Formats: sequence, structure tokens, C-alpha cells
Amino acid sequence: MAQPLLEVRNLNVGFDMPRGQIRPVRDVSFSIFPGQTFALVGESGCGKSVTALSILRLIPSPPGRILSGEVLLDGHDLVRLPEKQMRSVRGKDIAMIFQEPMTSLNPVFTIGDQIVEAVLLHQKVPSRQAWEIAEQSLRDVGIADPARRLHEYPHQMSGGMRQRVMIAMALSCQPRLLIADEPTTALDVTIQAQILELLRRLQRQRNMAILLITHDLGVVAENADVVAVMYASRVVEMAPVEELFDHPLHPYTQGLLNSVPRLGARGQRLAAIPGAVPNPARFPAGCKFHPRCEHTRKLATTADPAQTLLVDASGEKRSVMARCTDRPLQPSSVPPRPGTTSGEPDLRQVRPNHWASCHFVEGYEQAPATVPRLDHRRQVVAAAVEEFNLLGTAPEVLP
Amino acid sequence: MSNAPSPGPIAPTPLDYAGSTVPRDGLLLQVRNLRTYFPIRRGVLSRTVGYVKAVDDVSLDIAPGKTLGLVGESGCGKTTVGRTILRLIPATAGTVLYRGRDVFATRGEEMRRLRQHMQIIFQDPVGSLNPRMTVGNIIGEPIQVHGIAKGSQRDDLVASLLSRVGLDPSYALRYPHEFSGGQRQRIGIARALALNPDFIVCDEPVSALDVSIQSQILNLLADLQNERKIAYLFIAHNLAVVEHFSHDVAVMYLGHIVERASARDLYANPKHPYTVSLLSAVPEPDPRPRRMRIVLKGEVPSPANPPTGCPFHPRCPLARQAAKEANAADTVEITSAGERFRILARCQQQMPPLEQKQAEAGHVAACWVAK
Repeated sequence: MAQPLLEVRNLNVGFDMPRGQIRPVRDVSFSIFPGQTFALVGESGCGKSVTALSILRLIPSPPGRILSGEVLLDGHDLVRLPEKQMRSVRGKDIAMIFQEPMTSLNPVFTIGDQIVEAVLLHQKVPSRQAWEIAEQSLRDVGIADPARRLHEYPHQMSGGMRQRVMIAMALSCQPRLLIADEPTTALDVTIQAQILELLRRLQRQRNMAILLITHDLGVVAENADVVAVMYASRVVEMAPVEELFDHPLHPYTQGLLNSVPRLGARGQRLAAIPGAVPNPARFPAGCKFHPRCEHTRKLATTADPAQTLLVDASGEKRSVMARCTDRPLQPSSVPPRPGTTSGEPDLRQVRPNHWASCHFVEGYEQAPATVPRLDHRRQVVAAAVEEFNLLGTAPEVLP
Repeated sequence: MSNAPSPGPIAPTPLDYAGSTVPRDGLLLQVRNLRTYFPIRRGVLSRTVGYVKAVDDVSLDIAPGKTLGLVGESGCGKTTVGRTILRLIPATAGTVLYRGRDVFATRGEEMRRLRQHMQIIFQDPVGSLNPRMTVGNIIGEPIQVHGIAKGSQRDDLVASLLSRVGLDPSYALRYPHEFSGGQRQRIGIARALALNPDFIVCDEPVSALDVSIQSQILNLLADLQNERKIAYLFIAHNLAVVEHFSHDVAVMYLGHIVERASARDLYANPKHPYTVSLLSAVPEPDPRPRRMRIVLKGEVPSPANPPTGCPFHPRCPLARQAAKEANAADTVEITSAGERFRILARCQQQMPPLEQKQAEAGHVAACWVAK
């Protein structure tokens, strides 16, 4: 079996706030293999960006700190690496691109200066060669007339062009892992398609692994190999992309998939998840999703009343299974793992290659709490064309 | 663009009104040849050296109780259309008729009364609510200003509006910062509803919200439309959201409407190459995508310096493909996104008119090549 490039084990991150510690990342474990796209999906505040920043040890400290866990790159723990060595990992082995390219580029230097700085920092090359590398990296990301563009400033470029520059800069030192934090969220849909196509091509050419962080399930479905869904600071479900979209198991994943408006589904009422994403300072007890969970509510309507509890869900009283709260009536046979609270379900392997954390997923109680590890590659890659048939409609192609 | 052929009066798009109680006669809003230009000023004397033609010759119809979706990428002018209709931005030319009345010619007291009927919901639920006002005052102010109710009557009205949008009436005493994004958008909706309007401009009402919250807000807007027969101009860049929500759809590119049809027809049978590309670029939440993707090259040009002829020609895959089958004399060489290639000369030289491309009346597109 291939060795993972990056392995995150039981990562716990805390932020010390005036009113106590909040825990934006709890007990997160996953592995990324060379050439793989691993997607971390979730809504705002679920901890996906903090997870990414923790891998690079870029969380602001104080107030943030890594409480426990390991981040293994080729088996070496980055959490315990001296800062000086960590600096040679950032940009060289692991590079990162952000959602808003304007704020990540320095407005007072030309983009050439900025790329060359990164190249000189990580590669022992003379300045002239560094400029050649910079020019080539702009050419690689599809920027026309790269020699001229090197001497331009970020404000002279459009949003899509700046994101290309960010990618060029991130890839100039041939990293093995690219962390892409919402790389296309600020872009228009036609530009998003260009950038995602570019990332796919560069990934193929370099066998580069990508940690893709996004809230867009469409982007995930078309680009990821393996998907981890995060909710309220924990991974609640993980599976290969086809498996996750075919058989979503966690009620949150199901709710999320149902609530995405899809092309071709006109006039139907959208499914919605009631309530709102909880604030990390005020997480509900037990399973963090129970106040919004339709599954536990449905079960509670037919269950023995002794098994249910009345809880407060965004201002409304609703009956849920007691098991999902911090007052479980039948304590689980497996003691809670570190990072979970009483009654909070941990991530268990409920099907082959499929992990979920919900008491009421079939087979959950017997399932082993193994460490998720998936060396999977997607079966179908989105096809891109420039051709257009003259009738004016896009060719319908079934793979 | 003044020599561009005018689209002329358009027939109301025949929609499937089966089962609807909406009267079919009479349009609520008719927008004709709307233009909004912003001057570009330079130098110490701030002389006008040119214009950004943010909206250039846009004509639209909105039926009572129905939704017109307006889609396009950033900078295409869709927000400016919404604001110009409401007179939040002065129009350069054109007319807007509300129930047959010329909105731009209405003055004083009459305009104030007209404003009751035409409201707006903004994209940013944080920036559009005054942080120093309680939620009760934010929603109650228009009620008071327009003399609809005062005192405890006003408070009762605010309470009923809050509960209608799914918020607890006791929230009237709180301030906007105490609420999440989705709740703030509900407050914005309650404010827009306060005067019982029959037309609301929804300017990207869900793009700042989390996915699980988006559908709550969209369902609320749909329910309100059914209950109160409100017409929406639904401005958005997310094509799946627009399809879900709209009866008619207009697609904008660089200030122009490039295609307009019933939602069913536009999505089933898009005609303009820009619409086709835009639709194909939407990522599907399906790991086995069935559609081929057309990846457009280049980016939207600056509206301060738009291309000649058809505004889409530098990026148009169809103009390029058609040139391969045309006589060399009918083609021209252009440079776009760092590439030199030939396209149909006509696309570069002449603005195509919005004309019917489809058997269904009301499906119009502006393209020289598309059939």
C-alpha cells in the first residue's frame, strides 16, 4: 500500500479567548496521498480553514495553539519541527493559495519580485535563473505575454488573473502538496471553470496532491477524489467522492446535498436544514448537529418517550433522541475518544471505505473506530472542450 | 451603441399560468431601452472623457406575482439595472412603466407613494442594516414614514412581520449584530415587506449565506410570493438558484441583454453561446458529470472600453468556429487572451439584434451565428 504524503492524526486546535477556550478543530484525522485531491467541505465556522492553517502552523498564536495531534509529512511530524525548518517546508513542500488573491499579494511589489523572492528563498539558483523560473511559472498557468506581466503590479490585473499569479507563485517551487482554501469562491463561474481546469492539468503533470477546502459541493463533486465533511469542528463523514454522493450517511451531509439547488430541478421546493451553524463558543452538547437534525427528530416521534428529550433548537422546542444529546440513556459500549464530549458520536467505519459519526447510521454501534485512510482516485474526470456545435448547444456526452 | 437596432416593444412572454390566480392581462413592470451611463472623469477639471455604459439598451417585462431572473457575471450591469428601476441611480435614457405609469416622470408625493410598492433586498445582510437601530425600528421606520401605523399598532405590525419571516417577535428590541447572516437577511426581508409591496428587487439575496441557510431564505421568498403575489426581479450569478426560482430569465453581458426567455426554455434550449458556456460552467453536485464543459478563454472586458460589434466576440467559441466554415473574406483576425485567431467579421463589426431564435414566442437572443 502506498504511503500517504500527509497524515493528520487526532489534530486538536484551541483558541484562548477572554471567555474561555474555544475548539475550532477537534480530533481531526485524515491522509492525503501523492497526486490525490482531498476535499474538506463545510460551512463557515466548521473549522476547515483552521485545519489547513494548522498544517502549515500558520494559525495566529496567541490566541491559537495546537493542543495535541500530529501532522506527518513523509512521516516527519511538522507540529514538533523547529520554526526555522518549518519555514523551509512552507512554500517548498507545501504551498497554499487563498480565497482572496488581492489580499495575499503585496500591492507595492511587482508580481515578478514576489515570485522571484519565493524562488530564491527555496532554490539555490542565481537571480537571472530565478526570473526565468518565474516567467515559466506564469506561462504554466496560462498567462499570456509572461515576460511583460512579471513587471506589473497586482492592481493591474483582474481577479482571475491574480488567482493565476497566486497559483504560479505557489507552484514555482514544485510543492508536493497544494492547499487551496476556497480558490474559486471569489471568482465568476466562467473564470472558476478556467482555474479548476488549470489546477487539474497542473496536478496531472506534477503528481501533486491538493487539499481542496470549499463549501461548494459542485466543486467537490467534480474535482475531489476523497471527501471529508466537517461540521462544528469535527469530521462527521469521510468517503471516496462517488461513495459520498451516492450514499451520504450522516444527516448533515444528506441535508447539505438536498439543499443545493441543481440545474434542471425547476420549481421543486428546496430542502432546507433548519436553524443555523453553531458558534464555536456555544456548541450544543452531545452530537453537535442534534438541534438541526431531521433524522433524530423523526426517530423521536415514534420512539419510546423515555428515550427522547425536549431540547431548545434555535428558539424552538423540539423532541430528539436522548442518545444524541449529552444525556445518553444507553451509554455507548465504546468509551468516547479524546476530543469528543459525552454522548458525542465519534467517527466510525460503518461501511467499507466509509466513515460517519452518527448514532443512528445503520451498524454504527458495532462499527470500529478506525483511522480513516483512503488512497482512492476518482473514476470520472470532468471533460472540458472548447468546441461548440453550430446548433449552439453543448454536446451531450455520457461517459 | 446608439445606432444599435432597438429591440422595440416586446410581447409578454407566454408562461404556463395553469393553476395560477395571477391575472394574465397587464404587466406590472415594463422596462424599455434602459440606459445607465457613468461618466469617466479625468484631469484637474474633472472633464468627462467617456462613459461606462453599465446598462445599455435593456428592455424587460415583469408580470404581477412572477419572478424575472437576471443573471450575468460581475460587472455585467445586473445590479445597476435593479437600482436604476427603483431610481436609486438616475437613468441616462429609457423608460420604466409601473402599472403603466412612468416611474422616471413621477415626482414628489406621488413618487413617495410609488416607492411603497417597489422595495429592495440587498446582498450584504450586514451592511444594509443600520447597526445603531433596533430591529423593531429598522422594520417599523418605513411603516411610520409612510403613515401606515404608529405606536402600538406599528409594533403589532412589526411583530407580525417578524414572525412571518421566521423570527421571534421579541427580537424587535435587539440590534442587528446579535443575529447570524441568515437571520439578518430575514430582517431585511421583513423590512422590504413592511409596506406591502408588489414588486421587490432581490439583489443577490442568498450569495453571502451558507448553503444550508440559502435554501431557507429561498423557500421563504417563494412562500411570500405565493401568499402576497409579489413580483421579483431576482438578480443573481448562481444559475441553478435562478433556474429554481424564476419564471422568466434574462442573461446580461457587458450591459446588454444577450438572451431572454421563459426559464424552462432558456435552460432546456439555450441559444446564445454565452448562455451555453455559462450553463456548462456551473459545477454539478454529481461526481459523474454528464455534460461537457465549455471553458471560455479570456475574461469579461472592461465596460469602459467594450469591444466593437457583439460584446462577446473576443471570447466567443461560436464566432471562431463559424469562421472556419465561412469565406475568408467574411472573417477577420483578432487577438484575444494572448491568441490570434479568425472570427466572423460581422460579429466584430455589428451589434446583433435581440431576435427570436426559438419556436416559442418570447425566446430571443442576440447572436449572428446561433440559429
